[in-house]
Amino acid sequence: MTPSDTESLWVDDDAGPVVRPYAMTRGRAAARNRYNVISLVMATTRVAPSLEVGIGPEHVHIVNLCQRPLALAEVAAHLSLPLGTVRVLLDDLLARRLVRVTEPAPTNLPDDSVFEALINGLRAL
Amino acid sequence: MDYELSEGDAGAVLPTAIKILIAGGFGVGKTTLVGAVSETKPLRTEEILSEQGVGVDDLTGVESKSTTTVAMDFGRISFGDDLVLYLFGTPGQDRFWFVWDELALGALGAVVLADTRRLADCFPSVDYFERHGLPFIVAVNCFDGARRYSLDEVKAALNLDPDVPVTLCDARERESSKDVLITLLQHVMKGRGAGRARQAVGS
Ligand SMILES: Nc1nc2c(ncn2[C@@H]2O[C@H](COP(=O)(O)OP(=O)(O)OP(=O)(O)O)[C@@H](O)[C@H]2O)c(=O)[nH]1
Ligand SMILES: [Mg+2]
Repeated sequence: MTPSDTESLWVDDDAGPVVRPYAMTRGRAAARNRYNVISLVMATTRVAPSLEVGIGPEHVHIVNLCQRPLALAEVAAHLSLPLGTVRVLLDDLLARRLVRVTEPAPTNLPDDSVFEALINGLRAL
Repeated sequence: MDYELSEGDAGAVLPTAIKILIAGGFGVGKTTLVGAVSETKPLRTEEILSEQGVGVDDLTGVESKSTTTVAMDFGRISFGDDLVLYLFGTPGQDRFWFVWDELALGALGAVVLADTRRLADCFPSVDYFERHGLPFIVAVNCFDGARRYSLDEVKAALNLDPDVPVTLCDARERESSKDVLITLLQHVMKGRGAGRARQAVGS
């Protein structure tokens, strides 16, 4: 499939570039999740899913990117898409169990060893 | 449908992800500091908000609503395979409180950058972190031509809690920016030792 073919699957002809992220998420603006910007996204498969109804090039892109764990914000930056759009795409991928998303611990401070690793790591930079 | 799930990946150990905020007024050097210590150039991501900035819009009927895009710069520093530090510059405009809440949630602490020529620009950041109980330090970014104030003068002008560290920095310098982060980490560690429970922002 050429890039222009895949594009045409996901962009409504009448929709300008501004609307494109919503076309991509097929009009679903709000994600069910409110993942933290540093939630780590990791693909559960090495094999990129094939394009089908509900799986577009952006979904495939995320699976390919997240062969190593990346923060939600990194995924959004690499795809040049707003965070909200990526959250919707993650819902789709999660429903198919193509990624795992791990939230940071919301309240507990990490233990001393983490602080020490950060401080020593920074010093060594 | 069947996707191949490789066993190794399913059990892969994820790194611990840590988030620190870099706050302060417009043009105070937030992105510069992020870039000075990060392993790549600062990345940029966006959140789309309703015009009031009260929350992420439900964009159904997007044509009829006016939206604002809030950009955030961030950087990453990996320490081996099991620890990664993310630095997020807060949006310079403090009317986007929703984005602040989202960024502050789960953050370890914050650096408030201050420019002594426009000290008042950092008041909203200081207020925010005090109100939400997120530990922070103040780093005075020394712009050329700025009259030098003593750190005590800055501390007094900001009416800071006596144990909040105030330090000088040059956000363009990696060593200086590293020192700022280390000062913050030591401060957070000390505060935790003193039993000051950190509250979850937004809860
Ligand atoms: N002299 C001097 N200039 C600095 C320093 N830090 C940043 N600058 C300059 O100040 C300007 C603004 O810096 P930025 O890092 O873009 O500031 P910012 O806080 O990200 O700005 P906004 O995101 O627009 O609010 C740039 O031209 C920097 O080169 C510093 O420590 N000393
Ligand atoms: Mg900036």
